Amino acid sequence: MNKYTVAVLVKNQFGVLNRVTSMFRRRQFNINALTVSETESNDYSRITVMFFGEENKKQQLINQLYKLPDVCSIKELDSTNSVSSELLLIKMANEPTTRDDVLTAAKAFDAKTVDYSKASMVFELTGDSTRIDDFINLMRDYEILEICRTGIVSLEKGASTISKSGGIM
Amino acid sequence: MILSGADIIVKTLIEQGVETVFGYPGGQIIHVYDSLYKYKKEINHVLTAHEQGAVHAADGFARASGKVGVVMATSGPGATNLVTGIATAYLDSIPMVAICGNVMTSQIGTDSFQEIDITGITLPITKHNFFVSSVSELAETIRLAFKIALSGRPGPVLIDVPKDVQIAKCEYTEQAKVEIEERKPAKDVRINEAVQLINASKKPFIYFGGGLIASGAQEEMLSLAEKIDAPIGCSMMGLSGIPTDHPRFLGMQGMHGHYASSVAMHNADLIISLGVRFNDRVTGKREKFAKNAKIVHIDIDGSELSKTVDSSIGLRADIKLTLQKLLPLVLDSKKDEWQKAVEGFKKEEKENEDMRDGLTPKNAIFALNKYLGENTPIATDVGQHQMWTAQNACFKNPRRFISSGGLGTMGFGMGAAIGASYATGEKTVLVTGDGSFGMCLNELATAVTYNVPLVILLFNNGVLGMVRQWQTLFFNKHYSNTVLQRKTDFVALSNAFGLKAERVDNLKDLDKALKNAFESKAPYLIECKIDKDEFVLPMLPPGGSMDDIIVAKPLNNK
Repeated sequence: MNKYTVAVLVKNQFGVLNRVTSMFRRRQFNINALTVSETESNDYSRITVMFFGEENKKQQLINQLYKLPDVCSIKELDSTNSVSSELLLIKMANEPTTRDDVLTAAKAFDAKTVDYSKASMVFELTGDSTRIDDFINLMRDYEILEICRTGIVSLEKGASTISKSGGIM
Repeated sequence: MILSGADIIVKTLIEQGVETVFGYPGGQIIHVYDSLYKYKKEINHVLTAHEQGAVHAADGFARASGKVGVVMATSGPGATNLVTGIATAYLDSIPMVAICGNVMTSQIGTDSFQEIDITGITLPITKHNFFVSSVSELAETIRLAFKIALSGRPGPVLIDVPKDVQIAKCEYTEQAKVEIEERKPAKDVRINEAVQLINASKKPFIYFGGGLIASGAQEEMLSLAEKIDAPIGCSMMGLSGIPTDHPRFLGMQGMHGHYASSVAMHNADLIISLGVRFNDRVTGKREKFAKNAKIVHIDIDGSELSKTVDSSIGLRADIKLTLQKLLPLVLDSKKDEWQKAVEGFKKEEKENEDMRDGLTPKNAIFALNKYLGENTPIATDVGQHQMWTAQNACFKNPRRFISSGGLGTMGFGMGAAIGASYATGEKTVLVTGDGSFGMCLNELATAVTYNVPLVILLFNNGVLGMVRQWQTLFFNKHYSNTVLQRKTDFVALSNAFGLKAERVDNLKDLDKALKNAFESKAPYLIECKIDKDEFVLPMLPPGGSMDDIIVAKPLNNK
């Protein structure tokens, strides 16, 4: 199993995300993370898909995406040609016995404290997915109340862009 | 000029060259029907008995003509009645535009009367679909729908038009017919790789499907076959792609394919696959499928390449244009040993041929063959009769076998035959069975009303024969719900609908009945009584391989 990240430029239209995810569902592509947002132009949205699978499955996914009329451009991104990041919000229980350990760990990861109450603490952390995983794993020793992570966003290194490379329209 | 949305729909269809639409009116598409009334001199509407008949008719029209088939229905149940037909077209890559009415935009999402989310429902069974929220987008959306339906791998497109959009007005300017996306040949370097495999092959086999017909690459394929001395087989969707009696043609592949064709593909060292998708009905058990063969696969849809069977070389390209570039690079060669082997396969097939006299399914289709013109379309429903027709009917020209391949839709035939007849202006044959026919026989009313020249050959064995065959072979003859204890009198039923009909139970009478039917200018039904234990053979058991092929009926059977 390999990890793949694919960026997809789509028309910014009503229902496009549904078309993409519906195709993933009916063709049984198991997606680990998916982010979507408007781009520099409000004519387009950008979807970043992260999933684990075999090479032929990835090729099928790209081929199937390619067939959707709302898909404008597809680019496969990996750690050598791109930078990627995701955001985590994690809410920890604020117990007198573990408070110092939790705060120390957060500090070590450069996580920002964005909310603090008698019963809870919320940290914000951005970074690549491995770093986020590591932080969450560390926090599992204490009481995690809630986790929310955004999924990966990814951009190609250098001046090339998705609309200029790998374009299909 | 300023027109209403409804007028724009009809004017844009006319502008795109549509002469005939099939459909059924209703409250939320009534404005479009008013426009059809207004423009009836320029566009013809065929009213069916049921929306399903209309969508199958649009499909049959498209299959027989290569043009876009157009169907219209109202919102809610009108729209959902299209679903089976749209899915049928989607699975067989048939260009179609379906236009549905819907409730006012202000009422969308409120579960109002006859409101349904048809764009949501048809998302997985259309190539694309549109919800038109403004009249200003309407004409361009319809044009784009035609472009999408026809470009690349064809398919159905649905357009949902709320009632207020049909009423609203805006400027309309007539435009030319849309140009489909340019079809391109494969890259030279990929073609060269394919050529190397082809030139190295000692036992090549050409296997084509519906994609070859869509690409119009018959000539090129036959030239390739001549040059490299290869036998040819096809998927069911490829039937009629080349003349059935072509000396290189071994027939259809697959679960009920011709023995020689299946064995030749199994033994080939190279399968040149043109516009096929290696469906499970063709490959059987994939791990055992043509183990010694390399595969060169050309398809306009890249997602078909190595989808189910790994190909050595996959070319995402137009077949015709690619073969044109490939042909001069391929070496002429005679392959005597391979041809000798193929002759052997044909001999084995002959040995297992059904040589019985009397009214057997094969003899019935052979009797039909004598009456077929060069361009007679033959539509079928789904089941044993479909396979008997696929195996035995004789085709001269492409687009003349009209049958639901991918979805296997029982009830497809009546509507499809009507559509095919409209597309070709030819007398059209429907071969059906009592099971399938029972599903959509209401379209007899349409055939009679519009005097569509159909010859309906209805095999009546009183059972759901294909399922029964499986029950005989794999379910210890537990005939669960496949014995139709119906008392339907098909001749009286036909008469009640207003068409002539005959019942035959021997070959001589069948011949006479066919003569009458082909001489008639009106639709004509022949009920052909056959034995309930007739089998479709050969048969590759589901999930089996060539080693498991059943060529004769088990002896302990009647």
